[in-house]
Amino acid sequence: MNPRRKKRLTIISIIFSGFAAVVALVLFALSNGVDLFYTPSEIINGKKNSGLKPVIGQRLRIGGMVKEGSLVKNNENLEVSFVVLDNTHNVTVTYTGLLPDLFREGQGIVANGVLGENNVITATEVLAKHDENYIAPEIAEAMKQQHDAAKAKKDAY
Amino acid sequence: MWKWLHPYAKPERSYQLASTLLPWFAISSVILLTIGVVWGLAFAPSEAYQKEYYRIIYIHVPAATLSMSVYMAMATAVLISMVWQLKLADATAAALAPVGATLTTIALITGAIWGAPSWGTSWVWDARLTSYLILLFLYLGVIALNNAFDDKALASRAAGILTLVGVVNIPIIKYSVEWWNTLHQTATISKFDSPSMSTEMLWPLLINITGFAFMIGTLTLIRFKNEVLARNSMRPWVIELATKEGIK
Repeated sequence: MNPRRKKRLTIISIIFSGFAAVVALVLFALSNGVDLFYTPSEIINGKKNSGLKPVIGQRLRIGGMVKEGSLVKNNENLEVSFVVLDNTHNVTVTYTGLLPDLFREGQGIVANGVLGENNVITATEVLAKHDENYIAPEIAEAMKQQHDAAKAKKDAY
Repeated sequence: MWKWLHPYAKPERSYQLASTLLPWFAISSVILLTIGVVWGLAFAPSEAYQKEYYRIIYIHVPAATLSMSVYMAMATAVLISMVWQLKLADATAAALAPVGATLTTIALITGAIWGAPSWGTSWVWDARLTSYLILLFLYLGVIALNNAFDDKALASRAAGILTLVGVVNIPIIKYSVEWWNTLHQTATISKFDSPSMSTEMLWPLLINITGFAFMIGTLTLIRFKNEVLARNSMRPWVIELATKEGIK
């Protein structure tokens, strides 16, 4: 490579890496703000790296899995309540309105609402979070059967 | 080592090469897209929970993935143009920008259409959607700068700087779903050893991605040829070509 080209390449590389470093630092500093939602354990224990904990009355989003068998529907109106969990902690969410199509127990959701006493969130919006798995119905059926069979076997002991 | 490449620095040779490649790219894209779209939309099984409307991924995923590839191709062309000062690289970058902008728009619109029933909202300001919207603005900025100056060399330099600066956004889009909590799901097919998708759904998707790639190639070649002609309109070979076609 002739020296002039080498010089141009070096200048471009230096400017680009400088700019990339600036963006990386900004994003790192903002990382708590960039997160769309709190996980249940972050609501109870605070964010992992900053320890930032939401206060009662704060408007926030919560994201996690809907606990199996926790969905309670009101027969009179559209009120529902369900438990959102991650690996370690549970948070109860109450909501009045229609749930999205993909909402079901065991599915990931993101709810937007206000944190109340005893870690209960009164949601104004519930969004379903689709995971990256796309499965054909027959396979889903087969997986469910396998799962049920394994569970039955476990229960038999 | 790179000697065989040298003749193509002449616009005339590159123009001829583009003309030779064009029909092959066009035919491949038509065949692959026909197979992929028909297979994906009509014959692939429906998804267990989303039923039929998951099929929008056969358009959304190829457009979204390849819009980022087009951006990287554009950035590579800009780098070559800046370091080696090849005028043809400027033409390539200018040819790629509108193609990438269109793909980005398609991905944003199909994503919003899919999001409405499955998420319950068509737009949310999470890291993936926001950074991807920035990609659209980068493309639009590059197109605008390319057309903002009468001097083509100056225009390419201005657009090129924006292109290189915008490269920072590409890894942010790619890894946004892993670095932060987002509503958008993580990648389905990036891990080839164990894709998170049934095989009979995956094949039409892969065919469609290849078909989209060839379609992008076709469109870029057409635009590249036009750019080369426009930038060399005073050259004898272009005038000769025009007279042969009967254009005065």
